[in-house]
Amino acid sequence: MYRRWLWPGLALPGVLWLVLLFVVPFYAVLGVALGKVDPILFQPVPIWNPLEWNVGWLNEVLSRLAPGGIWFDVGVRTIVYVLVSLALCLLIGYPVAYYAARHAGRWKGVILILIILPLWISYMMRMLAWVNLLQADGYVNRFLMFTHVLSQPRDWLGGSASTVIFALVYGYIPYLILPLFASLDRIDRSHLEAARDLGASPWSAFRTVTLPLSKTGILGGAVLITLPMFGDYYTPNIVSGSPKTSMIGNQIDLYFHGGPQPTIGAALTIVLAAFLTILMLYYMWSIHRAQREVGAVGAL
Amino acid sequence: MTTVAEPRARRQPSTLTRSRGWFRNPWGKPRFLRVFTWTYILWSIVPVLIAVQFSFNATRSRTVWSSFSTRWYWGDPVDSVWHDPNLRHALVQSFKLAGADVLIAIPIGVLLALGLARWHSRGSGTSNFIMLFPLVTPEIVMGVSLLLVFTHIFTFVHTGTVAQILGHVTFSISFVVVIVRGRLFSIGRQYEEAAADLGASPFVALRSVLLPLLTPAIVASAAVVFAISADDFVISQWLSSGGPTDTVPIQIYAATRAAPLPSVNAIATIMMVSTLLIVTAGFLTWRFFTRGERQAGKAAEDFGGAFNLT
Repeated sequence: MYRRWLWPGLALPGVLWLVLLFVVPFYAVLGVALGKVDPILFQPVPIWNPLEWNVGWLNEVLSRLAPGGIWFDVGVRTIVYVLVSLALCLLIGYPVAYYAARHAGRWKGVILILIILPLWISYMMRMLAWVNLLQADGYVNRFLMFTHVLSQPRDWLGGSASTVIFALVYGYIPYLILPLFASLDRIDRSHLEAARDLGASPWSAFRTVTLPLSKTGILGGAVLITLPMFGDYYTPNIVSGSPKTSMIGNQIDLYFHGGPQPTIGAALTIVLAAFLTILMLYYMWSIHRAQREVGAVGAL
Repeated sequence: MTTVAEPRARRQPSTLTRSRGWFRNPWGKPRFLRVFTWTYILWSIVPVLIAVQFSFNATRSRTVWSSFSTRWYWGDPVDSVWHDPNLRHALVQSFKLAGADVLIAIPIGVLLALGLARWHSRGSGTSNFIMLFPLVTPEIVMGVSLLLVFTHIFTFVHTGTVAQILGHVTFSISFVVVIVRGRLFSIGRQYEEAAADLGASPFVALRSVLLPLLTPAIVASAAVVFAISADDFVISQWLSSGGPTDTVPIQIYAATRAAPLPSVNAIATIMMVSTLLIVTAGFLTWRFFTRGERQAGKAAEDFGGAFNLT
């Protein structure tokens, strides 16, 4: 009889763990975000019964995020930073992944290890490295002054949007290159040879064969870096720290670690999570479509 | 093909000729891509090496190099990693969390992967789905939700080491499941079926056939879990109660915003070297156990696949 229960039994501790420490915590966020706030102590009073939920704080957060609200700029800035960083990551990452998968030859293993290496170096260590380099008397300023690009040191770390975007690209790009590499490496060379034999130029073979076949890698990698970038607060804090470059994550951080109002922070977390869930659903839908298209190419 | 090189004598073109040809046609086959890729690799690694260099600086500067010294590791009586209690506690705390995370997440994750791979019913689909969520949830959302669950529902858990360990295990389990499930998939079911044909019960087949075959995946996921736990910042920060429960990444974060000393570079270097050693050991073990199973050069990819979740 135990045969029937062997496999679910093995899975039980893990499932239980994830329910208690992943699903229930989400409910805690809902309870706090849709709860009340003690009028004297300003402490959140969570409401656990969904029938009594109070959407007041959620509406407050949404109105702050709406055009004209105090967080509208922050919301727009977050989306712009993430999209620009994503575009730069793809522009830099695709050629690297392409070279590693196609042309690296006997260097492939070495290149792959060097590409994977930053994934095993702590994010904070990599940010620290750039904070050192970008100091007023750091190597970057000294190099730019030596080459007469700059006449005096530039304040890179004093709230500049380009530094934040640069740091985001530097921080997240390794996570994009790996899935890109995997999808490019998986492409059967005979598809390309067929395209070339049928008279396609290298460029049009790339455009009509390689690019569509690597779409799953592009989408997967993009999601893999976009979702955490939307929740990032430490990168802007480290390389800028100025409210001029603050993102949504910084507001959440502020309401929990700096401010007295976890309820607003929780409501903002709910909004962020809902937004990211929509992104995720869009990704799943487009991956489904891309795989159908690839299936059609494979059948040819 | 354009004839870039003139049909001179049939000998190796000199470096000069080659670089002239290169400048004339940098877009020709993969030359541009090769330069681009190596530039990227240098860009991604050299800044970290410079940070390591400055951990050995003899002066208090992290930007102007003077001479080599181990002052910031143990020499300085006040601010070195060895003597500054904040840094020393951070190092201990990081290793403590990573060790506990490996000890708890590996058994739970391996069993979950086995269960999910072999259990076919409606419940398994749901569990599979839940399992994937920690991988794509932004850490800040997880940090907020764990903090709120420990302050409002599981109030018997206080923020600090225990809460941090519970949080680390929660995001680690999914990584273990992904790695172990990949291995289960590549093993296939034939060994288990052979064992069953020879009269082994499912439990015996599991213990004496499947688990030994899973050793490389277990070792690899232990290395991965150690690394992601040691490098984790967000969950550790949200569940920290300050003081000695601040980990190395939290100390680095705090220091970059104050006026840091090279001792921060030193502690970051110690952490980086430990992580890389453990990951390398995990990788070599994986390669040793799976030798002969795959084409050469694929091991790195399979191992790195831990981060390739698509």
